[in-house]
Amino acid sequence: MTDVSTQPDPVATSDDDVAGSGGLVGALRSMEVDTRLIGMLGALAIIWISFHIWSGGTFLTPRNLWNLSVQTSAVAIMATGMVLIIVSRNIDLSVGSMLAVVGMAMALLQAEILPDIIGFDHPMTWIIALVLGIALGAALGAFQGAIIAYIGVPSFIVTLGGLLVWRGVAWWMASGRTIAPMDSSFQLLGGGSRGTIGGFLSWVVAVVASVGFVVLLINGRRTRQRYGFAMRPLWADATIGVIGVGVVLGAVGYLNRYFLPPLLARQRAEQEGLVWPEGGLDIPLGLANPVLIAIVVALIMTFISTRISFGRYVFAIGGNPEAAELGGIKTRLTTVKTFALMGALVGVAAAVQIARLNAAVSGLGQLTELYVIAAAVIGGTSLAGGIGTIPGAVLGALVMQSLQSGMVLVGIDAPLQDIAVGVVLVVAVAIDTFYRRGST
Amino acid sequence: MAVDRTGTPLVELRDIRVAFGGVHAVDGVTIDLYPGEVVALVGGNGAGKTTLIKTLSGAHKCDSGQIYINGEPVSITTPRDAKQYAIETIYQTLALAENIDATANMFLGRELKTSFRTLDDSAMESAAREVMGRLNPKFLNFKVPVNSLSGGQRQSVAIARAVHFNARILIMDEPTAALGPAETAQVTELIKQLKAEGIGIFLISHDIHDVFDLADRISVMLQGKLVGTVNKNDVTKDDVLGMIIIGKLPGEVSSTELEALHE
Repeated sequence: MTDVSTQPDPVATSDDDVAGSGGLVGALRSMEVDTRLIGMLGALAIIWISFHIWSGGTFLTPRNLWNLSVQTSAVAIMATGMVLIIVSRNIDLSVGSMLAVVGMAMALLQAEILPDIIGFDHPMTWIIALVLGIALGAALGAFQGAIIAYIGVPSFIVTLGGLLVWRGVAWWMASGRTIAPMDSSFQLLGGGSRGTIGGFLSWVVAVVASVGFVVLLINGRRTRQRYGFAMRPLWADATIGVIGVGVVLGAVGYLNRYFLPPLLARQRAEQEGLVWPEGGLDIPLGLANPVLIAIVVALIMTFISTRISFGRYVFAIGGNPEAAELGGIKTRLTTVKTFALMGALVGVAAAVQIARLNAAVSGLGQLTELYVIAAAVIGGTSLAGGIGTIPGAVLGALVMQSLQSGMVLVGIDAPLQDIAVGVVLVVAVAIDTFYRRGST
Repeated sequence: MAVDRTGTPLVELRDIRVAFGGVHAVDGVTIDLYPGEVVALVGGNGAGKTTLIKTLSGAHKCDSGQIYINGEPVSITTPRDAKQYAIETIYQTLALAENIDATANMFLGRELKTSFRTLDDSAMESAAREVMGRLNPKFLNFKVPVNSLSGGQRQSVAIARAVHFNARILIMDEPTAALGPAETAQVTELIKQLKAEGIGIFLISHDIHDVFDLADRISVMLQGKLVGTVNKNDVTKDDVLGMIIIGKLPGEVSSTELEALHE
């Protein structure tokens, strides 16, 4: 397609003629679903089923999937920010070390500084530590972003420096000590048997999410109708709606079948004054707090990247920096904002991590930057810039974590695990490259 | 259709200088433009046309010289400044972000927002369809990334972007370089239409036929300097070619030089 002004345009059909060709591909096209996302879901399904069979039926248990969801959260949270960094033709190698600095700062705040000021286990401790931690992360990110944007040092170099500097700072902050324990409320951010919202609230979340999804679909139709644009066929929207709601309700329903172990269940029952029946009581843990945090972060980041001008500018800069500048975009400020946002997300992830460990050590988050970048890239983010999605990155994080937990579950040696993850990373990007070449 | 040049010019670039290192890319050039007028800027490669015009579109700062809009001295240092004065530019490179769609490109940096400060994509698409309906009714690909469009379609997007925001001063850098005959005719038609609406147009072109077809006056540059500005009706194509190559005004060219030109 180089010069076809007089010929009928090959892509003209994708916009207005939505009937498309027949079969599954045609159906998918009518639904305007991202085929790459479908491919990733397929890959995830294959990984899950393979490990389930290989592990003799333990992978797809509610308990394992619940753990998987918790383990994925921190990387998923950071991967959503990494998408915007990579989309704008930058990279951030410092997130793992920054995680350590911010984690250490939040730990020191709640374990050593705040108790002297407002008292031990004060109800405000957790929120003060969290807010200051996120602010610190944003500040560190903005600082690196400013060097990249205004001095013009490549982001690879700045954040490579950051990787070394922040790691050293994290050690120096507490002379290498382990800081523990965390504030009792703060610990809830990390999940664990108390850090969940329980079965009932999980259902509430599922229902709210389903309703929200359907409302979005209907709204989309209304808007297109109002402007007289072509709409997806009603059956396509209905199918999307049914599948979406089904997935949400099914996932929550399945996870809700992970119950507190009998001992903890008994304690919980006594606390809440329930009668302890003969056969025991099934108390579902429900969604873990870090998972909820990751979901909320993913929603906010999706909103930022697709619904407001900042997100559009990030993509435009990644597509053509010169055009973005000539279009009147403040490209440098946008870069600083992108890195600040990444830093803030590192702050959120650090909170989840130290809450889950109930401690902070200076080695926190070592090699995490590579997992975060890998998650974004497996999720379809192009290192050439301009292309990437938030849901893709979250799925990428889930794929990575599934591989790792699966291999632990079936007892693969640690060196082999690294080899497998490395191979999957390269293969995933290779497939994606082929796919892209085929589509344009 | 004569252009009224009795009032203040819409734009005046006075004694503009831009240097890259030791090289004077633009060396003391003065040109002006009146409402409803097309001034063609011609010259060989490296004559400094694009650099000169970039000082007006805010893509380059000039080292010295002054820009006047409607007689008022103004300072244009960023593309945002230029847009504030209703100066729109269609770059030779088109300056489109390849990965985002036509609508988003048209509104890049000037997005329409809903009352919640979010992007109003539907309103933008609607406006884009309206403008494009005027410029290129066959264009329907508003929602696919620009990199899957043909050269002519991309050009349409770049032009639609400039036209939509009610430009008073339009800069077109080689607007037809990437186009086939049918689209070139379309652009020609558009330029005439915009001219009739009272918009001032700076047209940079290699094509001397285009220039004679569209321009009211022709400014010729050579090696960063202005050779001169002539009224189209007073000169022949040979005269202008002489200015471009030899760097002398029609009356100053000797017969031997003119013969050399035709060898």
